[in-house]
Amino acid sequence: MRRRRTSGIVRPSGPGAVMLRGLLFAVLALFCLYYLVPLFVMVATSLKSLEEIRAGSFLSLPREITFDAWGKAWNAACVGVRCDGLEPYVWNSVLMTVPAVAISTILGALNGYALTKWRFPGADIIFALILFGAFIPFQVILLPMARTLGQLGLAGSVPGLILVHTVYGLAFTTLFFRNFFIGVSDGILQAAKVDGAGFFGIFFGIVLPMSLPAIVVTVIWQFTQIWNDFLFGVAFTVGDSNPVTVALNNVVNTSTGVKEYNVDMAAAIIAGLPTLLVYVVAGAYFVRGLSAGAVKG
Amino acid sequence: MAAGIRLESVRKFFGANEVIKGIDLEIEPGEFVVLVGPSGCGKSTLLNLIAGLETLSSGHVFIGGQKVDTTPPRDRDIAMVFQSYALYPTKTVRQNITFGMETRRIPKAHQDAAVEEFTHLLQIDRFLQRKPGQLSGGQRQRVAMGRALVRNPAVFLFDEPLSNLDAKLRIEMRTEIKKLHQRLGKTAVYVTHDQIEAMTLATRIAVMDNGHIRQVADPATIYENPVDLFVAGFMGSPPMNMIRGRLVRDGGLFFAPLGDRDGVRFPIAAAEAARIGAPDGQEVVLGLRPETIFAAGTELPGPDRFVFERPVAVVEPTGPDTMIVFEIGGQDLIARVRPEDAHPPGTPFRFEVDMGKAKLFDAGTGLRI
Ligand SMILES: Nc1ncnc2c1ncn2[C@@H]1O[C@H](COP(=O)(O)OP(=O)(O)O)[C@@H](O)[C@H]1O
Ligand SMILES: [Mg+2]
Repeated sequence: MRRRRTSGIVRPSGPGAVMLRGLLFAVLALFCLYYLVPLFVMVATSLKSLEEIRAGSFLSLPREITFDAWGKAWNAACVGVRCDGLEPYVWNSVLMTVPAVAISTILGALNGYALTKWRFPGADIIFALILFGAFIPFQVILLPMARTLGQLGLAGSVPGLILVHTVYGLAFTTLFFRNFFIGVSDGILQAAKVDGAGFFGIFFGIVLPMSLPAIVVTVIWQFTQIWNDFLFGVAFTVGDSNPVTVALNNVVNTSTGVKEYNVDMAAAIIAGLPTLLVYVVAGAYFVRGLSAGAVKG
Repeated sequence: MAAGIRLESVRKFFGANEVIKGIDLEIEPGEFVVLVGPSGCGKSTLLNLIAGLETLSSGHVFIGGQKVDTTPPRDRDIAMVFQSYALYPTKTVRQNITFGMETRRIPKAHQDAAVEEFTHLLQIDRFLQRKPGQLSGGQRQRVAMGRALVRNPAVFLFDEPLSNLDAKLRIEMRTEIKKLHQRLGKTAVYVTHDQIEAMTLATRIAVMDNGHIRQVADPATIYENPVDLFVAGFMGSPPMNMIRGRLVRDGGLFFAPLGDRDGVRFPIAAAEAARIGAPDGQEVVLGLRPETIFAAGTELPGPDRFVFERPVAVVEPTGPDTMIVFEIGGQDLIARVRPEDAHPPGTPFRFEVDMGKAKLFDAGTGLRI
């Protein structure tokens, strides 16, 4: 971490200031607890056996750590009538999320690039219309989209879901990239044009490598949105093509037998883990990108 | 080979805003033409029109005899250096320099030779693997120059390439650019708002104002024979003194400053007076360069000298010369004297002016009389 220019500013001192700081830290600690306790409960519960859960307290540490619940959640829990665990649905989600994130990010980057650096009459109106897409409540488009997918022959399939997520992600990805590219100096584009590069030559050769921070933000955002989506998944897929979010709901809501809290918790963590992973991995790139690529031209 | 450039009635509108208002300009092969003018007068726009980075609203552009009105920048055989350098931040210095050759699929061996020659010439061969962000301003400037030079184009276009450098580096690079031009002999169009840069670099200067070219001439002519008050006032630092007043015909032609109650009358030099047919009492502006006003008796006597006395208002030493500000009829004037001749403020001072160098302008139109 580089030392900030503001870190040397003289701060007020004296008993009043100390008390205020103490208060500040107390509030911060409270909020930390508020966020961390549920996570703790989930992890702890997932590592306990069912007997221990029934006997002990919600908040206690597991006496004996067992990964049985995780194993069951992964490949044996019943989703509806099928008892193969979450594994196939996790792959569904991966197969849906990766292409949808990649396509919507690339198209968003192209949109943002064209809207800022290859201006054409009406560019602002087009951008306003695209942006409008970010404000459409998704339940509004469920029926027309279902019909569209039906006519395209993509109803109830993973490719259909990819299409839906790509289309509805474009509003956000375009916005992110447009706002990033607006800060990229036009001089660089002019230099590249004089250097003989065309639309795609400049895009892939110059602009895209510069936009690593925007790419990371967009990928994190899109991945989180698409992976965590439940509404489109439940509306546009059936049974075997369900994404993991829908499958998780089915695991938890399976009414037969005893309620296996540890399996439910493990399943929920499995369903949420990839977004966390993307954030940690991409976030590191993000910080590195900022310090390595933040170069004034 | 160098190519000439011809502009014919070039106009550019941005929306309803006319930024280039009909410009004709002929640039010979190998010339170094500087477009100079105040900020916002349209210099960059005109340069971009030559480069093909802006589309003409009307008129024609010829490069090397070819009409290039609709030719994209990459096919105009030009290279350009930008004010912000516009280096590609994610590419190394070497990649920055070779990008233009890569897109043109120039053979690798040729690229390497060009990189070697010009990075050595510009003394950036030690930084080839660095990114622009790891270079100082002066080094980035050199990389931008290198990127333009390696392509060996027919025409170089410069858009204020030195204005982001500090004063010392600016003077150094100015000299290097001049050397490079003398060595390569390529046609260059150079945009700047700095009149000293224009004077030092140009073989010809085009002074622009508000979308028009006011005057195109070699530096000496621009300085000594400005066609109007704008050109006269823009070139030179400190600027030309411009005194409002009237012509007086009284056994000779004289200039009487407006608002002056001491009866100072500048005699117009005989050669100039013979040309001027303006009537007695006509309102004019007298232009006197600061270096043509000096302490009386400090220069060898010459014709058309006029001596007058005024109290010193302000003394501004600059090192080699000292500027003395004084007043005539409520108008501030600056004289450039030797430091040892300066007097403290408030004391009377005898000034001598070389009226042979004085210019007269029409007070209404601003044009030279
Ligand atoms: N792309 C553009 N769109 C609209 N107006 C522009 C554009 N580029 C330049 N202008 C206007 O044209 C005028 C001249 O600009 P410019 O050529 O950059 O001046 P200079 O380089 O002499 O400072 C300015 O008033 C500027 O606001
Ligand atoms: Mg400019």
